[in-house]
Amino acid sequence: MTALLNPSARARRRNRRPAWEEPPTVAGQLVKGAVLTGVVLAVLIPVWSILVTSFSSRQAIADAGGMVFRPRDFDLSAYVLIFTRGEVSRAVWNSMFVTVTGTLLALVCTVLAAYGLSRPGSLFHRPLLLFFLITFLIGPGLIPSYVVVTSLGLKDSHWSLILPAAVNAFNLIVVRQFFMGIPGELIDSARIDGAGEWRILTRIVLPLSKAVVAVVGLFYAVGYWNMYFNAVLYLNNSEDHVVQQVLQAYILAGQSPAGIGSPPALGFNAPPSLAVKMAVVVVVLIPIVIVYPFIQRHFTKGVITGALKG
Amino acid sequence: MTGKTGVAGPAQARPLPVQATPEPQAAPPPARRGMTLRAKFHRDRALLLMTVPAVLLLTVFHYLPLLGNVVAFMDYDQWAGDSAVEAIVNSPFIGFTNFAELFEDSQFWDALRNTLTLTAFQLVFFFPLPIALAILLNSVLSPRLRGFIQTVVYLPHFFSWVLVVTFFVQMLGGAGLLATVLRDNGMEPWNIMGNPDTFILLVSTQGLWKDVGWGTIIFLAALTAIDQSLYEAAASDGATRWRRLWHVTLPGLRPVVVLLLILQLGNALTVGFEQFYLQREAVGRQAAEVLDTYVYYLGLATQDYGVGTAAGLFKAVIGLFLILIANRLARRFGEEGVFVRS
Repeated sequence: MTALLNPSARARRRNRRPAWEEPPTVAGQLVKGAVLTGVVLAVLIPVWSILVTSFSSRQAIADAGGMVFRPRDFDLSAYVLIFTRGEVSRAVWNSMFVTVTGTLLALVCTVLAAYGLSRPGSLFHRPLLLFFLITFLIGPGLIPSYVVVTSLGLKDSHWSLILPAAVNAFNLIVVRQFFMGIPGELIDSARIDGAGEWRILTRIVLPLSKAVVAVVGLFYAVGYWNMYFNAVLYLNNSEDHVVQQVLQAYILAGQSPAGIGSPPALGFNAPPSLAVKMAVVVVVLIPIVIVYPFIQRHFTKGVITGALKG
Repeated sequence: MTGKTGVAGPAQARPLPVQATPEPQAAPPPARRGMTLRAKFHRDRALLLMTVPAVLLLTVFHYLPLLGNVVAFMDYDQWAGDSAVEAIVNSPFIGFTNFAELFEDSQFWDALRNTLTLTAFQLVFFFPLPIALAILLNSVLSPRLRGFIQTVVYLPHFFSWVLVVTFFVQMLGGAGLLATVLRDNGMEPWNIMGNPDTFILLVSTQGLWKDVGWGTIIFLAALTAIDQSLYEAAASDGATRWRRLWHVTLPGLRPVVVLLLILQLGNALTVGFEQFYLQREAVGRQAAEVLDTYVYYLGLATQDYGVGTAAGLFKAVIGLFLILIANRLARRFGEEGVFVRS
């Protein structure tokens, strides 16, 4: 009945499928729906369960016998605990320093070099491009890198995470590709008006390249936030540790973080250690989940695939 | 795509460095042939200056360590001098002795075998999955629903390995959600996290969970590039949907598939580091040792810099050859190579 009264909706629906295509079979639709639902749930269920468990009281966790799936109560004590003890909040600060400083530095270096390389025919253009492209083909090797970083005195400094990752040739090529797609007339006319390269970059090229800079910035930021192994290599003092190290220590190594997880010392109302663990997971997870949707529409729009296809 | 992740060193591998020398497109400098070097320098000095920070960083953190690989041919003693340079100068060259020692180490062969097994396994069982998912996604008609699914499935690509392994422990581990659900329903839970026999399946599944969505991006782009009139023509010739998939969609995807296979081949010895490092304790060295972790444990944990560097260099050089060979093969089969010579 409603379908009859509302023919336009049906027509619109039909219009999306080309006339020559046979109507979908019921079984096909079911299988498709099941597979896609399964894929989506495989991502959402763990995130949900971890979130719920981190906000659960000790009782709720005990009743569930482990990870909680259906929220029963809302308890913030796990978060209060991890942020009042120094370890997690210090690691968050360290990671934020590395991420923010690193991303800014990386973006400046990458954008400048990408612009410098965006004019085929300029002086040393080909050798310079080759210089960057060779880094794709052969990596420097773990041990020599370690020796260089420690010889520079960067050990136990957060710069040991920031500097080696500050220029990624892939990102550089992505940005360069985008710059080269900007109409040449725009740049020529600015040059005729007497603008130098620096002015052209900041006034004309960059405002047109917000999307690609955002995506590349996200890549760098995520890379820095997720940095784990280099931190294991270079940061030995626990006060320098970054969030990934803390996460690893709490959960995978099953270590009891200082002061947490020893109920007798904390008295009766100590929150469940599983909630504390999951709260740490959420702290590591949240920045990614928050930043990502802002950038995601750009890479579906084709910034990345465009660059991939050259 | 599956399970492949950054290399162990500071450099991070990203999906696809494609087409090395693009055609000049925009803003060519005012064409003046026969300019002197001096005049060219004067014209381009700002551009050159802009590349300086990046060149400096790569020189120090990429090319300098690359040179440091000479240690592989030395009896390197890190205490032979006050600085690394001095130590290198004071250490004697011993030719290929480190490599000989490496090839005599049965653990090295274990690591190599594990690495190659994983690569082959993931290539056969998991390489096709992003393609299938992309085709499936492409057939979802509602753009809003498709956008939602894409948003969700891309997300795990941005998780660190620590986070991914944590997720798996909390979901599938002994005290995880799955075990809890099974126990509640009177079934016997099993712990797949610490089982060396199924480790290959576990790490591949983790890689798949992390990157299957991300892997669809490039295939989705290739799918939209397929000429829609081909489908219509095929359909009017009586081709069913499966025939169209076989004769139109898959040939349309072929260049991208070849491209990714080339890159995959170049990465055959790189299966990731952190994923194995993190789970090594749980399943033991025998199952979890891959080339990158071998380099780390041999070189840094036991301080055998010479042999460790030799192992790393061996891997890097083989990887370089693999990618160059694959590129040549692809061109022979009429596909565009990854690195286009011009």
